[in-house]
Amino acid sequence: MKEFSPAPESASIVSVTDRVKPVALGMGVTSVHFLGPRAAFVGGEENVAFVDDKGDVTTVAVHSGGILSVASDGKRLVMGGDDGKVVSVDAKGEVTLLATDPKRRWIDAVALHPDGAYAWSAGKTATVKSGKAEKSLDVPSTVGGLGFAPKGLRLAIAHYNGATLWFPNMEGSAEFLPWAGSHLGVTFSPDNKFLVTSMHEAALHGWRLADNRHMRMTGYPGRVRSMSWSAGGKGLATSGADTVIIWPFATKDGPMGKEPAMLAPLQARVSVVACHPKNDILACGYADGTVLMVRMEDGAEILVRRNGAPPVAGLAWNAKGTLLAFAHENGDGGLLEL
Amino acid sequence: MSEATASKIPVTVLTGYLGAGKTTLLNRILSENHGKKYAVIVNEFGEIGIDNDLIIGADEEVFEMNNGCICCTVRGDLVRIMDGLMKRKGKFDAIIVETTGLADPAPVAQTFFVDEDVQKNARLDAVVTVADAKWLSDRLKDAPEAKNQIAFADVIVLNKTDLVTKPELAEVEARIRAINPYAKLHRTERCSVALADVLDRGAFDLDRILDIEPSFLEADDHDHDHDHHHHHDHDHHHHDHGHGLKHYHDEDMQSLSLKTDKPLDPNVFMPWLQNLVQVEGGKILRSKGILAFHDDDDRYVFQGVHMMLEGNHQRKWKDGEKRESRLVFIGRELPEKAIREGFESCIVS
Repeated sequence: MKEFSPAPESASIVSVTDRVKPVALGMGVTSVHFLGPRAAFVGGEENVAFVDDKGDVTTVAVHSGGILSVASDGKRLVMGGDDGKVVSVDAKGEVTLLATDPKRRWIDAVALHPDGAYAWSAGKTATVKSGKAEKSLDVPSTVGGLGFAPKGLRLAIAHYNGATLWFPNMEGSAEFLPWAGSHLGVTFSPDNKFLVTSMHEAALHGWRLADNRHMRMTGYPGRVRSMSWSAGGKGLATSGADTVIIWPFATKDGPMGKEPAMLAPLQARVSVVACHPKNDILACGYADGTVLMVRMEDGAEILVRRNGAPPVAGLAWNAKGTLLAFAHENGDGGLLEL
Repeated sequence: MSEATASKIPVTVLTGYLGAGKTTLLNRILSENHGKKYAVIVNEFGEIGIDNDLIIGADEEVFEMNNGCICCTVRGDLVRIMDGLMKRKGKFDAIIVETTGLADPAPVAQTFFVDEDVQKNARLDAVVTVADAKWLSDRLKDAPEAKNQIAFADVIVLNKTDLVTKPELAEVEARIRAINPYAKLHRTERCSVALADVLDRGAFDLDRILDIEPSFLEADDHDHDHDHHHHHDHDHHHHDHGHGLKHYHDEDMQSLSLKTDKPLDPNVFMPWLQNLVQVEGGKILRSKGILAFHDDDDRYVFQGVHMMLEGNHQRKWKDGEKRESRLVFIGRELPEKAIREGFESCIVS
């Protein structure tokens, strides 16, 4: 195993590694979320493992196969599986079957709206359920990702050659935003002014929704798999490079014509980012297993987990921002109380 | 085979024109007692009746990559499916991708070279094409897809040989060889081929490029029942070799073989090859080479799909082994003269 060898200038890096409560789940983990006080570690297949602040683990079966997609609002998780089911699990660990694809197709993407509505996709079809009403929309190619707008019942659907914006309760409201290439993930800025997709190519693409002006965010060495809006939505932190890349969204032009901030450079690819819910701090995980907390103002770093473990698969803050949970791909991880 | 290669999940691409017997072969692979578990990716609208635990419906979405390379296409659905399957690593040993009869194998193959995540977890083992002995000759005339599938193949399972006469069989084989003389060809009835002949071929594994010799017709070519042809053949370019073997020249799809026993200059050859596939990559379906470079005791091997190339030093030339360079291109309307002249210019004089 390699030893952590900080660069000379960062020899005095602050470390809180000894304060991390280790978690060992013995299952592959793909993402981490907080539901109330407990951290929920989502497995690659079948299970979600809840870990409380004492480190006690409770495992809940949610799917009878691979778990392909997850969304969280802090109160529950909505998941899609290769068993063709859409399932939710709440903070108490109660599992509810929300939908089953009639052809048992993979549920590739899910999204969760703050008001309780949820969406899922199978193949080219995106479906939204709000209250008792269920509406579906077919897009031209398989759905890559789904995201709800922060206000109003509006869904963004990422697919090949662009994204489609849709008000499920308004007939004929689908609006197509074209951009060549395959779009896999999608997120609205918290102020509802921008839409950003992560692409199959190592790039993000953005649209300013007022006039659909394009924003190209390129230069990544690898595909961007993790995006997180900073507190207040001033920046979008992303994985995919050997530093955390943060695109500025504080002004009305967003990142148009601007350089992103690049923080926490290491000799390893950033695999996950999670911004603190209240302060300008982020947590980032790397492919070499390192976990850092970074102050966005000046890039000051605190070491949470040193390198030498499998890639970091998930990171999450609780709603108050007092707990950080992380997991490596192999299900080892930790909890840190700040 | 390197350790990294060994831990990657092998992927076999099963292709062939409609009704040739892909599903029969697939079911044979799955039902045989080999103790292996397969994840099978089939076309959603394709033939049904496959008995396996892990079957995933694909929709054959071909995506262009935004990298300025027009023939660089990948299968978007495969990228997505591979991503999902990797969450269940350990539940299967190998993957079989069945394509529809109308599919071009290139985007499937390219997915395994272009996509970073797919490449990390899986390796393309071989393209296996099932062909119908009775109807392939007709399809080669009217269906460009059928021609692509033969040209692209590492292994050709020539099926339904019981439905044709020996001269007909010889003719269809000659037509296959006119397009692709390098694939391993197996004659079968009901796709009864040994699984070792279609699985774990390592056709894209640089370490396993041993020689590039045309795989000529074997065994029962020696026709002992000197049957006379009772039909009139109207093909233009064939002549009988006395072994029931005819030579055809496909009008547009062919293979081009280059050979020299003089050493090549790597500083000339590499840029030439790179440039050739950049310019003519749309026409070149597959390429492969074993190279002897000047002042180099190691064999260099490469293989490519359209514009994508990968190559490496493979091993030392053995004592007494002939240091000969061989290259093969299979493609459509290949500019033969220019390629030959370019190759000649790479020889150290």
